[in-house]
Amino acid sequence: MTSTLKGITLKGSAELVAEFFSFGINSILYQRGIYPPETFSRVTQYDMSLQLTTDTKLKNYLANVVSQLKEWLFDCTVQKLVLVITCLETNEVLERWQFDIACDKTAKESSAPRDKSIKSIQEEIRSVIRQITASVTFLPLLETACSFDLLVYTDKDLEVPDKWEESGPQIIDQSEVVRLRSFTTSIHKVNSMVAYKRSDF
Amino acid sequence: MAQFGFENDIHSILKLDMPITNAPMARWQRKASSSVLASSANPSARSPGKNGNKSLSMSKTPSKTPGKNGKTQCTPSKAGGDRFIPIRNNKQMDVASFLLSKENEPMDTNPSTVSLECQKAWSVTLNGCNLEEAKILHLGGKPLNAPEGYQNNLKVLYSHVPTPVSTKKTRYISSVPDRILDAPDLRNDFYLNLLDWSRENLLAVALHDSVYLWDATQGDIVLLMKMEREEDYICSVSWIKEGNYLAIGGSDCKVQLWDVETQKRLRAMASHTARVGSLSWNNHILSSGSRSGYIHHHDVRVANHHVSTLSGHSQEVCGLKWSPDGRYLASGGNDNLVYIWPGVQEGSGRGGNAVHVFSEHQGAVKALAWCPWQPNILASGGGTSDRHIRIWNINSGSCITALDSQSQVSSLAFAPNYKELVSSHGYAHDNIVIRKYPSLTKVAELNGHEGRVLNLTMSPDFSTMATVAADETVRLWKSFELDPVKKKAKDRMVKSTGSIIHQSIR
Repeated sequence: MTSTLKGITLKGSAELVAEFFSFGINSILYQRGIYPPETFSRVTQYDMSLQLTTDTKLKNYLANVVSQLKEWLFDCTVQKLVLVITCLETNEVLERWQFDIACDKTAKESSAPRDKSIKSIQEEIRSVIRQITASVTFLPLLETACSFDLLVYTDKDLEVPDKWEESGPQIIDQSEVVRLRSFTTSIHKVNSMVAYKRSDF
Repeated sequence: MAQFGFENDIHSILKLDMPITNAPMARWQRKASSSVLASSANPSARSPGKNGNKSLSMSKTPSKTPGKNGKTQCTPSKAGGDRFIPIRNNKQMDVASFLLSKENEPMDTNPSTVSLECQKAWSVTLNGCNLEEAKILHLGGKPLNAPEGYQNNLKVLYSHVPTPVSTKKTRYISSVPDRILDAPDLRNDFYLNLLDWSRENLLAVALHDSVYLWDATQGDIVLLMKMEREEDYICSVSWIKEGNYLAIGGSDCKVQLWDVETQKRLRAMASHTARVGSLSWNNHILSSGSRSGYIHHHDVRVANHHVSTLSGHSQEVCGLKWSPDGRYLASGGNDNLVYIWPGVQEGSGRGGNAVHVFSEHQGAVKALAWCPWQPNILASGGGTSDRHIRIWNINSGSCITALDSQSQVSSLAFAPNYKELVSSHGYAHDNIVIRKYPSLTKVAELNGHEGRVLNLTMSPDFSTMATVAADETVRLWKSFELDPVKKKAKDRMVKSTGSIIHQSIR
């Protein structure tokens, strides 16, 4: 614990980023009303109150994805995480939350911790999650029942683990893109953006 | 002579129809002569600066078509030519011939590198990243979605449509009553039924110990009767279908029958042991519900009026309604039950067993209404602890809909003019709500009463309703007036059928 206070290692960074995704995805699902709000419970994280799902199916799914993601973050083989929101009826992609992950692969060789405090990283993460919360104000209302999917962009040479499948990128045609804040653990840098279907025509 | 020659020249020029003798050669003439020269004579002799071993065709179209292999078409070179092509350079002959000649030749650039680059560019624009360098993975199985039937709360919040006003844009439901009548000394008792409107357009209101009749056509008020003893009060009033007799139930356990025209009491029927809080007519049968829980059928024609007893309720019967076809009697009690009783059979002593018992309500059931256009549909409403309006199918005995009205339901009535269900409410909202039937979407809310609304009744033409409330007022609401155009058409139809009957009679 003392070492993490001073700096950050690759392992700690992977854990932090994976944790961010877990909270970020939960926040999106809650804020965008993909899941009923009564299936969420309030927790305090990053000095702010956040919503975590209590739906067992969803919890298992997210735990699966996040633990796998953590491994990939540790291996520095992950490039992007994308949350795709599709219309349940037409399968049309309505929203696409993209998190570009830039890994500093030199951290794999040198195990020396980087000089960045957890506190300042969490400060950055907090601002990203705040922006996710604030995005409700400009994103078009999801009027139909929606489902979501998580896409992970990995390095080409990565061996596909069990239960994982290759997928298409699920791009929205005629989309509007809004860039959100980014944060960096000095090993992983995460850029966030949200793309949504333009509704003005 | 020289001036003559000059004069001739001027003359010929001005005439314009003669060849100009010393003018430069026409273009086609020049071309023809040059091509003749070129084909006959040594080209090098004519253009000494040019390379002698140039091919014939090359010299004809000099260096204008680069990369030409000699098999190209050349410009028509026949002397004179039978066609006149005025402008050539617009046709971009060199480009055209280049394209023609090069068309079938393989591209000299490296095709593989180009297509790779293209693919890369496409992939970047299509996929948002280079697919060559990334794999897109997702956890197998179907994409997740919320449980069945879940509706986005934000949608509920932001796409809320304010109370959907009736589809008829021409209809206006006034939010203020058409008329307010004073009702002093009105008993503020939920379990009583103190208001009824007759077919003869008389509104009967029971105010403590007296019954007043208000003539809706003329506006006169008549005091019909007063209880004999000071301590007695009136618990229920009910008009016979024809509108000439009024049944009055009192706290003295008697049911009185009054002739309205002569303002005389016809009879007083005693059979109950407690106050009579509810009454309902089915032709000559008057049914009365008492605080004892019993319902008595009275045959008003015979001396021995008490023909049968229905026992089911354990507490006061506060709601009682015969179905419009007279097949069923619905009763609601303070014991939260709704009973459906069969019609009265002649000669049978007891009223028989209940057809259905509904125990879904969790409060006293006073509000009962049969649907006039669907004889097997009953609406019932529960008291403060229940607050639900339920619609029942009597044939199957099932509850079709249940709606939380969020306040005590004191009365229900169907309004056939617009196929609506009206409910009057006590605690907490003290209002009257008009809902579309069968969707039960709110059409209008009438807030005006300053106390809980106790009873509601429809006028005989169904255009108006009267409500009586704890604020000691009777209010008349003209909420269901038909469109004047529609009404006229209806009247005309009635008239025309009348005339047909008239003719046939003649």
